[in-house]
Amino acid sequence: MNSKLSSRLEQTYIFFIFAFLYVPIAIIIMYSFNAAESNVVFSGFTFDWYTKLFNDDNVITALVNSLTIATISTAISTIIGTIGAFGLKRYNFKGKSVISFLVYIPIVIPEIIMGISLLVFFSILGIDFGILTLVLAHTTFCIPFVLINVKSRLSGFDLSIEEAAMDLGASKLMVFRTITLPLIFPAVVSGAMLAFALSLDDVIINILLSGPESTTLPIKIFAMLRFGQSPEINALCTVMLLTTFVVLILSQGIKLKKEK
Amino acid sequence: MGGFTMLKKRFKSISILLAASVIGLTLIGCGKSNASKTNNEKVVNVFTWANYIPDNVIKDYEKETGIKVNYSNFSTNEEMLAKLQASKGGQYDVIICADYMVQIMSKQKNLLLKPINKAAIPNYKNIDKAYLGQYYDKTNKYSVPYSLGSEMIVYNPDKVKKDIKGISDLWDPSLKGSQVLLNDPRSVIGMALTKLGYSINETNPAKLAEAKVELAKLRANVKVFDADTPMTSLINGDTTIGVMWGSQASAAIKGNPKFKIVYPKEGMQFEEDNLIMPVNAPHQKNAESFINFVLGGKASSDITTSIEYINVNTAAKKYMSQKLLNNKAVYIPKEEFNKAKHLEDVGSASKLYDSIWSEFKQR
Amino acid sequence: MKNKNNNILKNLTIGPIYFWILFFVAIPLLYIVFISFMQRGDDGSIVYIPTISNYTRMANSLYVKVFWDSIVVATITTLFTLGFGYPFAYFAIKIKKYKFIIMMLIMAPFLTNSLIRTYGWIVILSTEGMLNHVLLRIGIVKEPLKMLYSYGAVMIGMIYTMFPFMVLPLYNSIDKMDKAYIEAAKDLGASRWNTFRTVTIPLTMPGIVAGCILVFIPSVGLFFISDLMGGSNVMLIGNLIKNQFLEANDWPFGAALSIVMILLSLILILVYVKIIGKKLDTEVF
Repeated sequence: MNSKLSSRLEQTYIFFIFAFLYVPIAIIIMYSFNAAESNVVFSGFTFDWYTKLFNDDNVITALVNSLTIATISTAISTIIGTIGAFGLKRYNFKGKSVISFLVYIPIVIPEIIMGISLLVFFSILGIDFGILTLVLAHTTFCIPFVLINVKSRLSGFDLSIEEAAMDLGASKLMVFRTITLPLIFPAVVSGAMLAFALSLDDVIINILLSGPESTTLPIKIFAMLRFGQSPEINALCTVMLLTTFVVLILSQGIKLKKEK
Repeated sequence: MGGFTMLKKRFKSISILLAASVIGLTLIGCGKSNASKTNNEKVVNVFTWANYIPDNVIKDYEKETGIKVNYSNFSTNEEMLAKLQASKGGQYDVIICADYMVQIMSKQKNLLLKPINKAAIPNYKNIDKAYLGQYYDKTNKYSVPYSLGSEMIVYNPDKVKKDIKGISDLWDPSLKGSQVLLNDPRSVIGMALTKLGYSINETNPAKLAEAKVELAKLRANVKVFDADTPMTSLINGDTTIGVMWGSQASAAIKGNPKFKIVYPKEGMQFEEDNLIMPVNAPHQKNAESFINFVLGGKASSDITTSIEYINVNTAAKKYMSQKLLNNKAVYIPKEEFNKAKHLEDVGSASKLYDSIWSEFKQR
Repeated sequence: MKNKNNNILKNLTIGPIYFWILFFVAIPLLYIVFISFMQRGDDGSIVYIPTISNYTRMANSLYVKVFWDSIVVATITTLFTLGFGYPFAYFAIKIKKYKFIIMMLIMAPFLTNSLIRTYGWIVILSTEGMLNHVLLRIGIVKEPLKMLYSYGAVMIGMIYTMFPFMVLPLYNSIDKMDKAYIEAAKDLGASRWNTFRTVTIPLTMPGIVAGCILVFIPSVGLFFISDLMGGSNVMLIGNLIKNQFLEANDWPFGAALSIVMILLSLILILVYVKIIGKKLDTEVF
């Protein structure tokens, strides 16, 4: 009886947290169908903003650019961050404490400072601003998020499993691939998701390091909000959310199938 | 044992080679991209605030000339300056920025501006003479006016009982916790300087100290600082009076037609935005054709209809709707321009402005 | 044979991050340190005459207060996200079948733009917004509540935005914990609270530390939420630094402020990790 009550309470708590997280989202979805342009008065149901969205070349281009940059940056930062966490945890090398310290810098440093310093840096190197400079910058601030996540999962990791495998003749690489990696996988995935979200959100670095042909979504959204043209953005958010949900449901389905 | 040290050495040299080749490739890559920027590309790179050039104007230009417009954004003039310096005056063809920034750039040793070839821009004659030859570029050597904006007062007459005539009225104690001001130190400190009868470009420390004291008396009246969407808090009822730019005032009225607009009797702060060309613009001919296009009567009228700032183009008037001409936020009588206060760079006094602003922000 | 493989693996894992951090973090950082010792010229450009005036300028109650306010906001945000996030992660993992999808559902909103979501809160909390409409309708209040543009509104926004950064590391740590320890404690007669205090918390400490770091550090520099939901009424260190680059054109002072902010944040984190590590008599991070 007691445990049933407590599990009921637990589920209620989870529900309330979800409500807190999703209420603003619900507002956005609701207003994406608003016939009026304002975000205060709801006057009627319409799909107009969705049609406008799909016909808006600027927004679509910005979206594609942002997704491209986010995907590449997440991929690179996940790889570097994961194996970096592994390296920092397991090995000692010259300059280890310096690197461990420097790893935090991209998340401590205010975006504008990072943007300005990279701006000057790329300028000295003579690199044209565009997708390349954006990917380099995004990867840089994404790496710490993956690294810290993975490193914490590696803390207190039971090394005896790995040692057992090695005693049975597996090479270090194989041990990493088949034992360590699957066990730290959730940390890698969550680190990657944080990195992806951050990359999609960034404004200041995008403004400073983008080129004439590489406008990105956060800049567009920021600008449209300033002009009070949010209904189209509401529609965009709803679409992005729906896509994420579909991907999640599919992956959950695949996961459950695998476990069978 | 020997073999293993060899491998270690080899690995080290491989990684150095890898790093070197990455750097090398990048440098070659960018060298290439610089060289490939010829005048023959049918592209023009435009750089200004977002939504400052409306979509339909861009599409009209692209249709008429077959030249693709790459429209990039910045959110402040200083960002633009940092970008332009970093790219050494290259990558962009046409930039629209504020007047005081033109002044700053024209005074720099490594000039980033290219003189405008007026002969290649026939529509230059459309610009209203009253807006040419301003303090920042007396011969319009580097700049062509694009639009004009001014700061005005907007309030809700249902909630604000006092008759508001100017900036000084904002200090009234009855307006406690009711105001939205621009999140802009020059605008707000400028208000205090105006109230005291000083210039908004004051650099005298004693006078600025007076302004600081005066400003402190205003703090209790301010509820929100917002430079991006000040009309939001007015429409939402969280504030009842505010200072904002013309297009924002126009948006406020759209949100609640009962709102009133007041041109401060002391005169308004004006900012003129200009088209300029960077010194290493990759597509000069296309830049000139683009500037010429937006100076055309129809394009100019389309622009004003969309951005709702003051139009400086004489040829545009015949295209503008009556509604726009009657919009108090957009169509401002010339007498107001004569009372205009122009924002200029204050040089090293900006340290003082910054500390006054930081102190003012803290309750 | 083993040694050779060992070294290749070691270089392979350390190499990329070594190179990347050195190139894209250390060098730009050196540049920032360099200009923090330079001066601002009259026309806003950087004058290359060394000085420590940018640092001494900070020893002013005005600027100290800005740092202090930012740290307070970051600390409160961290405490609240931890307080609400830990039970959430814990209870979610208990629901074994759906724990993965619950975590993904936490992340899903954050793949949309944070600016939009913050504007969503403004719609809810403003004087003529949703919440007031509902409250007035039901009759709980006679007049609309002024919820927006207050410190409380800023905290709601901060906690909302930083929540997944705390919850995800916690989830990883709690999930990994071997439940056998808890069973053992129960068998030995420990109460639920004692088990939690002496077994669960220490075992999940790496996750707690990681979560606190990932929330605290970015929160110190975050200012757009204070601007949007607090009406920009408070000057935080992020605002101050941005102003140096985008209003005052004082890059040297902005650089100096950044260096101090970075050092301060890192020292606080270091102290925190060391204290926790000492208490638990183990390496926590």
